[in-house]
Amino acid sequence: MRKSLLTVFAALTVLSLILSACGTPATEVPEPTEAPATEAPEPTEPPAATEAPATEPPAEEQFVFGMLLVGPYNDHGWSQAHYEAGLYVEEKLGAKMIYLDKVNPADRPGTTPDQLAEELVSQGAKLVIFNSDDMKDASTTFAKAHPEINVIMASGDQVWPDGKAYEAIPNMVNIMGRMEYGKMMAGCAAALSTKTGQIGYLGPLINDETRRLAASAYLGAKYCWTEYAGKDAADLKFKVTWIGFWFNIPGFTSDPTQVANDFINTGYDVIISGIDTTEGLTEAKKASEAGKEVFAVPYDFIGSCEEGASVCLGVPYFNWGPAYLETITAAKEGTFESNFQWNGPDWSDINNLETTAVGFVKGDALSPEASAQMDEFIAALAGGLNLWTGPINLQDGTAYLADGEVGTDQQIWYLPQLLEGMEGQSVPQ
Amino acid sequence: MTKNSRWVNVGFQIAALVLALLFTSLILLAAGAPPLEAYKNIVTGAFGSFKKFSDVLVSWVPLLLVSAGLLVTFATGLWNIGVEGQITLGAIATTWALRELQDTGLSPSLILFLAILAGMAGGAVWALLAGALKTFGGVNEIFGGLGLNFVATALTIYLIFGPWKRPGVASMSGTEPFDEALHLSLFPELRLSPWALVIAILAIVFVYFLLQGTYFGLRLKAVGKNFRAAYLLGVPTWQYMMLSFLICGALAGIAGAMQVTAVYYRLIPSISSGYGYLGLMVAMLVNYQAIWAAPVALFFAALNIGSIQLPIVLKLDSSLSGVLQGMLVLFVLIVEGVRQRIARRS
Repeated sequence: MRKSLLTVFAALTVLSLILSACGTPATEVPEPTEAPATEAPEPTEPPAATEAPATEPPAEEQFVFGMLLVGPYNDHGWSQAHYEAGLYVEEKLGAKMIYLDKVNPADRPGTTPDQLAEELVSQGAKLVIFNSDDMKDASTTFAKAHPEINVIMASGDQVWPDGKAYEAIPNMVNIMGRMEYGKMMAGCAAALSTKTGQIGYLGPLINDETRRLAASAYLGAKYCWTEYAGKDAADLKFKVTWIGFWFNIPGFTSDPTQVANDFINTGYDVIISGIDTTEGLTEAKKASEAGKEVFAVPYDFIGSCEEGASVCLGVPYFNWGPAYLETITAAKEGTFESNFQWNGPDWSDINNLETTAVGFVKGDALSPEASAQMDEFIAALAGGLNLWTGPINLQDGTAYLADGEVGTDQQIWYLPQLLEGMEGQSVPQ
Repeated sequence: MTKNSRWVNVGFQIAALVLALLFTSLILLAAGAPPLEAYKNIVTGAFGSFKKFSDVLVSWVPLLLVSAGLLVTFATGLWNIGVEGQITLGAIATTWALRELQDTGLSPSLILFLAILAGMAGGAVWALLAGALKTFGGVNEIFGGLGLNFVATALTIYLIFGPWKRPGVASMSGTEPFDEALHLSLFPELRLSPWALVIAILAIVFVYFLLQGTYFGLRLKAVGKNFRAAYLLGVPTWQYMMLSFLICGALAGIAGAMQVTAVYYRLIPSISSGYGYLGLMVAMLVNYQAIWAAPVALFFAALNIGSIQLPIVLKLDSSLSGVLQGMLVLFVLIVEGVRQRIARRS
């Protein structure tokens, strides 16, 4: 009895492992179409990288930078935006990127990001990018333990002299895009497209960053709802539902697919995504195919509308390339200096990929009328319209910005609650 | 056992290893990856530098603790699948103790000591629950344990998003990291704690002597080998079962305590890191002999750490090491079956 039980258990274990392993390599192999220029030279001599990472290659020494991605490199969202920026730097600088994706405790149990960063260093990386807030503490640990390696902590505020958690870490740069503008555009597109006046915001976890981004989307929605659609702000419903992490981790987070469907089934006809992956869009597409009129605004990655172009109103995206190029070039040339960057869009052309840090591409589902109003809105923002201007109250009714008061970077970055008029948790209960 | 048959046994074990490697290579080839290159990367990834080897030891510590505990429950004929949850409860109890004591002004070493004791107790209580379900509720320990694993995960998530959340944050990233004074001290420049290492080694030595050299161990094994006969011979069977649960749970709880005090310095949702299930494989692979647990656990830990190189260098998934581990267990079992069949025939 025991023997047979044992065999069955072992067989099941092995089977599940094989299935999981067989499933993943297929997704891990970089699609050749995505990176022809940069990946092409590699296959000719892959052993070189493994055998002699530390020794000098025959030709000019290639600068190697490493990247830790919190999700899969091809997630059509946050992580892919970073990955593509890495490819951009490879191309522009002739540098070489090595990366490790799915760096989170569920996918890589028993490891810590600082340990994984060292794995990249052991393969020759002279600079390491930590791409998630989830790795913030580990990036500090790593940077302090390895003063000779430069670190980019994306979305972090450790080396912001005006920040709440400032630490002098000479080998660290913080980079973040002013996605507040992108989210305002997302909110605007949603408000101009909703028929029910109900907008659902699919939120990740709750922290300063996600609060201010959800709030920015609301500010954009409210502005366009009242200014362009000419409706009463009180008639706009804006609800945030958080799943608990940047993406779905079965068993640990709420399922974004289910959250999206809950929105759709309760009359929310536009889903703005704040998470790293595209469930909001794909579920909206399914519902639309089933006859419902539902739209979605994905997030993070310039190409993320693809998965549901017919329901996509547009996507606010990060363009990490230019900032990464600048910092990695400095690291290569030995002029790296610690600094905090919160880079805005290039207002002369928010979709100029050589210059902008944040952009917005309109989707197929945006009506011509809404599209024209969006252009107007974007032009107004470029012209200095600042929606973070008082009166703005926090969700519990306390005044945050007085009438006419313009929010400072600190007030926006460290927004303590959602705003009045928004539904959903402000701080964890 | 004659010397000859011992060599035959070793031959069978080697055959199992070769088969496992062969099979994994086939899977690699099917995935379009060069097997030799992959194995080489695993080896250099685990043993390429002293620091890497020390990372292997970091992973070896909890695995060895869990394997040591499982040897005890296996000796009593129990399938303690609930060991994952026992690690988790150990981690929760440790975190609780650290949170309660961190501002009391007690000396950090005393707080750490108490926290690890709390972890032991947490794991033990969770194991006793599985044991009680079996003894008094008639629930097979496999199902009881699995259920308790889910409860443990749910409890962790509740604590992280609820009472123990970081101020203003709701993320499954985990609780607020503990002050550096409350970290187990590490070897300079390494992530390895000498304390953790010593505790793990003491644990396996303890279990080895318990099972090989004591009357108590003999009785545990009697319960495992033949429950009814042991009962008729006067061994208090259910009490012995509960005791073996208790010991295993306590050791798993220490593993959880080590994860909190020497690896993550906080509670995270997947704090058990799968070491429970991996420990089950180690215990099966060593055929319940404590003497082999240390090297086999080291081998598994090396696979875990070494395989991190696979996605970086070869763009392969790290779970390949899991395939190899599983294959190994499977083939060792198959080969053992074949050996017994041959032995019976001759």
